[in-house]
Amino acid sequence: MAVDLLIRGGRVVDPANGVDRITDLWVDDGVIAGVGAFSGEAATTVDAAGQVVAPGLVDMHVHLREPGQEWKEDIESGSRAAVAGGVTTICCMPNTQPRLDHAGVVRQVIERAREVGLCRLHPIAAVSMNLDGKQLTEMRELHRAGAVAFSDDGVPIWHAGLMRKALEYAASFGFLIIQHAEEPQLTAGGCINEGWVSTRLGVTGMPAEGEDCMVARDIMLSRLTGGCYHVAHISSAHAVELVRRARTEGLAVSAEAAPHHFDLTEEALLEYNPDAKMNPPLRTEADRQAVIEGLRDGTISVIATDHAPHHPDDKRCGLSCAAFGIVGLETMLPIALKLVRDGVLPLSELIAKMSCNPARLLGLASGTLTPGAAADICLFDPDAEWVLDRDRLHSKSHNTPWHGQTLTGQVTGTWLAGKRVYERNGSPAE
Amino acid sequence: MKHLFGMAELERPQIERLLALAESFVELSRRPLRKAPTLRGKTIINLFFENSTRTRTSFEIAGKRLSADVINISAATSATKKGESLLDTGQTLAAMQPHVLVIRHGIAGCCQFLADYLPQTAIVNAGDGAHEHPTQVLTDLLTLRQHLGGVAGKTITMVGDIAHSRVARSHLIAANTMGYRLRLVAPKTLLPREVERYGCEVTHDFDAALAGSDVLYMLRVQQERLTSNFAFPSVREYHEAYGLNRRRLAMAGSDCVVLHPGPMNRGVEIATDVADGSQSRILDQVENGVAVRMAVLTTLCGGGD
Repeated sequence: MAVDLLIRGGRVVDPANGVDRITDLWVDDGVIAGVGAFSGEAATTVDAAGQVVAPGLVDMHVHLREPGQEWKEDIESGSRAAVAGGVTTICCMPNTQPRLDHAGVVRQVIERAREVGLCRLHPIAAVSMNLDGKQLTEMRELHRAGAVAFSDDGVPIWHAGLMRKALEYAASFGFLIIQHAEEPQLTAGGCINEGWVSTRLGVTGMPAEGEDCMVARDIMLSRLTGGCYHVAHISSAHAVELVRRARTEGLAVSAEAAPHHFDLTEEALLEYNPDAKMNPPLRTEADRQAVIEGLRDGTISVIATDHAPHHPDDKRCGLSCAAFGIVGLETMLPIALKLVRDGVLPLSELIAKMSCNPARLLGLASGTLTPGAAADICLFDPDAEWVLDRDRLHSKSHNTPWHGQTLTGQVTGTWLAGKRVYERNGSPAE
Repeated sequence: MKHLFGMAELERPQIERLLALAESFVELSRRPLRKAPTLRGKTIINLFFENSTRTRTSFEIAGKRLSADVINISAATSATKKGESLLDTGQTLAAMQPHVLVIRHGIAGCCQFLADYLPQTAIVNAGDGAHEHPTQVLTDLLTLRQHLGGVAGKTITMVGDIAHSRVARSHLIAANTMGYRLRLVAPKTLLPREVERYGCEVTHDFDAALAGSDVLYMLRVQQERLTSNFAFPSVREYHEAYGLNRRRLAMAGSDCVVLHPGPMNRGVEIATDVADGSQSRILDQVENGVAVRMAVLTTLCGGGD
């Protein structure tokens, strides 16, 4: 009997199983059937010579804008963007309209993603009702509906008392709290990182200490409560150091970094580029290096995009009025691969931060090529050079700071449960 | 020169030419008949999204003295109140084919931003957020040329709310271009981060900064900073620490020139007797402002370089 799919002769990188060798991988019935030298017949064979066969990537920090702001992105366009970036599992943040603070909305989002059928969607539900920091959500109910973690992302959980209780309550049931770490009194009115660039541009800055203060506070509350705490999009050198010490101490503290924070600095804003404006903002070269060091030494175990689509109307209004955020799903892999070329991380450790590490943190089955696991696969050419054209992104929004840049590393094919969901030069999903 | 966004785009010879041209317009502005045909047939729109009396009037008079058609739009009556965006307002006005759009807006960088979308229109920055205010600085340079014979090698001691000041930023850039020293005096609450990277001196002690100052440049301190930024505890304490009074002016010396970009808060950053005293060149600044703006408009409309 022929197997459904054979990916032949690629470099199979499966960090969850310590696999990194040039071999074959085959798929049958939607699951990984084997990794090794294949002899037999396959209905479909893909020649992967010179390419990397990795688990479908996991991006645990995505804004899909549905329901409520579908002109920016929806679950279908966001799913297309994901698989074009080799991402087969995404976690969507709760700052939709309505918020993901009721089980019904969580179920609706999951159901819509299943209809689209391109990638797996696991919602991250709100910590507080309407994200307004006043009352906890029904976390158990939301978890039963499919939420995999809790966050008020976009809005910091600034009320220390609420944060303590959120960590305690979540810890009672083994849930993870994800924090957009920002002390709002220190960052009020801010637009970009506070420093030499904000001074030159004449705009209000957001000091890195706004992030540091919140991370420090939260780590103490994590120690107090035993709660599992995850710092979203960590961007400041001192915050990385705080997380490093907390992990050394053995606290249940983790962190993710976004590609823009380890690839770009505040210098990208010197011409007031609104597509380089996000929160937390691009910071200094020292901060960028600290994030890279955190990725290298394991302090930062996850790479996630903070994919934040915005309509041009929300960006074309002058830097201080422009919306925060950039799209990232379709650029995560090539930007992250710079860390391999720069010798920061071996390829398998990098892939781990975009697959099995976030999956483990969230208790997901995704992110491995273990025989028997769902055949979610990302095939990419690590050496292919291509020029990013924002108008050719699959996302509905085009707010990327890498427009026009030559990127190295390109996804050539993506499979979800053995079904091809993306192919470069003519995706069947299109 | 296609636009005037800020001092950052101007090189020394351009600045010198603008100042020389402005000198001739000072003379014109004192004639019985204060009109020249230079900009006849040119349309200039002054688009002011922030309150302004002197800068808007100064641009208006500058355009009219040169025979341009000048239209003034202020935020109170503009379409922005109806929710029209800055970009839409700019594009709408540009479609009416003005030669020059003079803009004041609270968004730093708004002039460069609009210029990308309005290729046919020359844009003059009349103050963008806390970013730049180039015509004010050119005005100051002209005033100091008249009263100090130029700024090269001189020390301008600038006191007050540097953090929120576009005039301060334009001077910090121009100081490097024109070769003068800036000595900034303010509490740390009113200084922007890493401001010393411009190459200026920074001190918190006004008395210690007085000796060796050729110019005392006082900046307006807005009282709303008391509560919105916790920037200083009271007007009383601010005036004591950073206000310019006769005692301090005497310490600076009788040759020292006092400037203020206006509007003044008498009794806050500057005492009335100093503002009105013999060393004050504040009204010269106002007069020179018209001449400088005439020079800028002339240059942008093809009369200069």
